[in-house]
Amino acid sequence: MIDVEGLTRKFDDLLAVDQVTLSVDEGEVFGFLGPNGAGKTTTVRMLCCLISKTSGAARIGEYDIGSASDQPRIRRMIGLVPDNVGLYEELSAYKNLDYYGRYYKVDETKRRERIEYFLKLLGLWEKRDVAAGAFSKGMKQKLSIARALIHDPQVLFLDEPTANLDPEASKTVRDFILDLKREKKTIFLNTHNLDEAQKICDRIGILNTKLVALGTPTELERSISGRKTVIQLEAISQAIVSAVKRVAAGAVETEGNKLIIGVNDPEKQNPDIIDAISTVGGRIQFVTALSSTLEDVYLKLVRGQ
Amino acid sequence: MELDLQNAWSVASKDFAIFRKRKGIVITTIALPLGIALGFPGIVVTLSQYAGTPIDASLAPFLNAFSFWFVIGAASLPSGIASYSIAGEKIQKSLEPLLATPMKDSEILLGKTIASFLPPIASMWAGSVVYMIIMDLVTRPGFGYLYYPNWSFGVMLLLLAPLASILAIELTVIVSARANDVRTVQQFTGVMFFPFLVIYLMTEIGVIVLNTANLLIMSGIFLAIDLFLFYLSTATFKREEILTKWK
Repeated sequence: MIDVEGLTRKFDDLLAVDQVTLSVDEGEVFGFLGPNGAGKTTTVRMLCCLISKTSGAARIGEYDIGSASDQPRIRRMIGLVPDNVGLYEELSAYKNLDYYGRYYKVDETKRRERIEYFLKLLGLWEKRDVAAGAFSKGMKQKLSIARALIHDPQVLFLDEPTANLDPEASKTVRDFILDLKREKKTIFLNTHNLDEAQKICDRIGILNTKLVALGTPTELERSISGRKTVIQLEAISQAIVSAVKRVAAGAVETEGNKLIIGVNDPEKQNPDIIDAISTVGGRIQFVTALSSTLEDVYLKLVRGQ
Repeated sequence: MELDLQNAWSVASKDFAIFRKRKGIVITTIALPLGIALGFPGIVVTLSQYAGTPIDASLAPFLNAFSFWFVIGAASLPSGIASYSIAGEKIQKSLEPLLATPMKDSEILLGKTIASFLPPIASMWAGSVVYMIIMDLVTRPGFGYLYYPNWSFGVMLLLLAPLASILAIELTVIVSARANDVRTVQQFTGVMFFPFLVIYLMTEIGVIVLNTANLLIMSGIFLAIDLFLFYLSTATFKREEILTKWK
């Protein structure tokens, strides 16, 4: 649904986005992670045809973001939730959605149905005549998502949708994004929130001007330090360490009564390791898998650690 | 370039809905023309009674100068509205989602121009009708004829006042790109009425005569300025410019 090839944007001498290549499938939730100034918003703005690219190419569906004739078609098939909600504060929730429905030329009957549907879904129907300026941050964010969906777009771009929201409001927004995924909407999610990305994204791209990593959350976690098995023993001995080293392919480290063992294929190797420990009289308390967290991966890639 | 007027009207309708919620805009838009319409006949009557001289045809050149206040009003009212419509939306951050819609930049700009143009000009025209009726009631006994309507006032209302309004709106678009808040825009565009005030003062001291020919020449000059500012404002009001270069 989204195909990006070598997308680059310069602002005078500043390289904001450098040669980004990625693709997002239909119905996928794609997380775009990166620090402030990494180029996430610039990328989204290019994909939404709000600003031009310096070089490279990108297509949304069958349309080219660089083609002036395709740009209105792209804007019609996407919805954008910007980082600042940008509602008409003086107007009611209903009117906010109604005007956007008109901008997208949604016919009046369908517009009324969709406004009612979204306001009820998001728990805002009772407050439909209240000015948006009187809403809490969470309510405003929900309203801005509804606004982006009023014309039933195929692709939804969300720029930091849960920033500054309390945990409950964040969860509501996240659950709503998952509902949209079930409706086969393609979702491109800019976020700082690693936990959120891990919970709802099928794949994640980490951007630091360049795209420094791309994969599923699990793939990214494994990409830094591989997979490890941690075995908590009642007591550790040199015989146990030697026995483990004979069967384990990777490095073996000790930490108190813990063995931290590098494994390529834990499902196959772990039973052999446990047998080896038992054979030399070791008593096992716990066996757990250890991999890098998404945060470890993110920090390592972004900070170059 | 093909413009979808329905799109422009949707943008204008939304702005009208917001203006209706802003009492300051509503009051100013109604009060200024009404003040002119009631104020000048009041001045004529008061001065006549105070000086003890009857109203006669020697007053006629002053009436033309008074009429020019409807042009001054048409030049000063739209910038207040346009500053909310453009700089206000920029500050409220509601421009970005609007720019993400399929509408063309020119349709959005046209919508905002309509929203800033129609209420002040309609209000000025309505005020001018009240002014003409009252001034005719006041002056007819002395003049022996109805002074209004006349060609000069027609040119002022139907040509010069709209051109002055458009000039104010275009200037507001250009200033909005460089300003961080609505007040700054209003301060910059507030000076819009000065050139018109100078013209008014020059007519009062007899340097300029506001006859139909001179008003048509003035309209031509303002049309040329409008066309130049139209080019600048359309170049300023582009998605790319708004999101990357506007302050």
